Amino acid sequence: MQALYAQLLVGLINGSFYALLSLGLAVIFGMLNIINFAHGALYMMGAFCAYFLLNLGGINYWWALVLAPIIVGIFGMILERTMLQWLAGLDHLYGLLLTFGIALIVQGVFQNYFGSSGLPYAIPDQLRGGMNLGFMFLPVYRGWVVVFSLVVCLATWFLIEKTRLGAYLRAATENPTLVRAFGINVPRMITLTYGLGVGLAALAGVLSAPINQVRPLMGADLIIVVFAVVVIGGMGSIMGSIITGFALGVIEGLTKYFYPEASNTVVFVLMVLVLLVKPTGLTGRAA
Amino acid sequence: MKTRSIASLLLTTALSFAVTGVAFAQDKTVKIGALSDQSGLYADLGGPGSTLAAQMAVEDSGLSGKGWKIDIISGDHQNKPDIGTAIARQWFDVDKVDIIVDVPNSGVALAVNNVVKEKNGVYINSGAATSDLTNAQCSPNTVHWTYDTYMLAHTTGQALVKAGGDTWFFLTADYAFGAALERDTTAVVTANGGKVVGGVKHPLNTPDFSSFLLQAQASKAKIIGLANAGGDTTNTIKQAAEFGIGKGGQKLAALLLFLTDIKAIGLETAQGLNFTETFYWDMNDQTRAFSKRFAEKMKNNAPPTMVQAGVYAGVRHYLKALEALGGNPHDGVKVVEKMKSMPTEDDLFGKGLIQPNGRTIHNAYLFEVKKPSESKGPWDFYRLVGTVPGDQAFTPLSESKCALLKK
Repeated sequence: MQALYAQLLVGLINGSFYALLSLGLAVIFGMLNIINFAHGALYMMGAFCAYFLLNLGGINYWWALVLAPIIVGIFGMILERTMLQWLAGLDHLYGLLLTFGIALIVQGVFQNYFGSSGLPYAIPDQLRGGMNLGFMFLPVYRGWVVVFSLVVCLATWFLIEKTRLGAYLRAATENPTLVRAFGINVPRMITLTYGLGVGLAALAGVLSAPINQVRPLMGADLIIVVFAVVVIGGMGSIMGSIITGFALGVIEGLTKYFYPEASNTVVFVLMVLVLLVKPTGLTGRAA
Repeated sequence: MKTRSIASLLLTTALSFAVTGVAFAQDKTVKIGALSDQSGLYADLGGPGSTLAAQMAVEDSGLSGKGWKIDIISGDHQNKPDIGTAIARQWFDVDKVDIIVDVPNSGVALAVNNVVKEKNGVYINSGAATSDLTNAQCSPNTVHWTYDTYMLAHTTGQALVKAGGDTWFFLTADYAFGAALERDTTAVVTANGGKVVGGVKHPLNTPDFSSFLLQAQASKAKIIGLANAGGDTTNTIKQAAEFGIGKGGQKLAALLLFLTDIKAIGLETAQGLNFTETFYWDMNDQTRAFSKRFAEKMKNNAPPTMVQAGVYAGVRHYLKALEALGGNPHDGVKVVEKMKSMPTEDDLFGKGLIQPNGRTIHNAYLFEVKKPSESKGPWDFYRLVGTVPGDQAFTPLSESKCALLKK
């Protein structure tokens, strides 16, 4: 039983990354109608950004948490301005192919310079060590990841669903022409939204840097699972992607305990089941 | 008239035989295929560096100056046996490749082993670990250089059991390599009076090991044996430190570690780890000289890993055998027999030999990872702890189940 608690907690930690990443994907899909396959590459860039800030600029983890999402977010906004914006109104497939191509190029460039085995990034001093919870030894850093990402997820949800800015955003997705008639700069808002989604990915990248290796392919390994999470939660649903993210992390954690061989397929089995029963995802609405 | 035409016919036939005979002996074209993981988790320990090693071996052989034409092509098997065998088949059938080298990932390596045998090519494997390549699945076309799971088990594994680590829990990569390494290490543990108390099989390329590490922690085993490699091993070691596993009295046994893995983990976390390799760039003047030349040509100036060194040494020995044969017979079995009949000697592995089952025998070295304060350069990572002679490190012929030995 104790082991079970521990696995639940560990699952929650992985779920935090799924939640942060799928949240960004959901925001981008919901507002821009783009299936952002470059998300994994941008997550990786966030981690590399933290590495460079530390090793080249001497800038510590805490500043990286703020700076890396901004830097990578600006990179994302440039992508949106120069490429993605021309795809508005076209079939989803075009956005998917373009972002997939961008992901391959970005990963290829990083791999060319940094190889595939990755670079070390140490846990910040303040978050080292761990505490004994009785049923497990919880590294402080992992606890921090859960709490921090939960706060970020809820703040994003609040921003989009409960504030005036969020209302504009949602209105602009429904009917951009009408919103423009009210004097709101819709293209700029869309660019900023893409930047926000990308920033969330980069933030997840910084959070994961001390846990995993900072590797060019770290995003490629994760992105497929995250897409499955988004599909299960319902494309474009903010709360759906947060809840599914955490829930699937837990389910995956339990699988690692009961039948480890299946741990990297369980998410996809669930995806198939959900699609069979409810093709719009658990919280999605029919288009 | 009639006799004359018969005579001329005979003469023509004889001449044409003679011509083919001469052409046979003088065929000095060779095509080498370096098949590796070019972009995945094993790309840094093999990959482009292995292709470079093969190129350097060709250059250093000096055969180009003696009228030989040697080409190298490379391919990416992406850690998938079906892709690996498809490339191998295409190489033999279309590109007329004579020899395939490197091939990390035991799953792919065993699949390619069968293709090379079927096509009668030459196979010098350096990247894969499974000892089956020269044991149950040995082939007259195969030479296994550098290391294997039996060697890893009988060096690092044995040393740990003898030092008191008598209960083991395995974290095993769920494919041919992990299974072979766990099997060979389990044999050593039980033979030395130890006990395996449990284990988990994890999928290849797992980003998060915390769940498995908790299970290992709960097992209370003294040694947590890592029967995985590359990115999987580095992630396990890094995350084990996070969960305080070393401090709880349990010891990690990284059965297979490469130079590039230590770089990825960082000395801060990796210091004190014990493991075995058969090559390290900083062993002697020859290895340093070679590594310097190698690093200058590598993109990130990395010195060679033992896998890349094995590719170099293997190709050198192959070319020596071809030179001794006077030409390339394009007959894998024949070339490998010649290779086995000659003792091996090169700057990287020193003197050695190839057993009849295809296993190369050379020294293995026990290393310990240096402390950050002891490291004097960007790749100064290892301290030599001990040397195991080749005949003690690798499978003795008496224990080998290789069918080639029964002749």
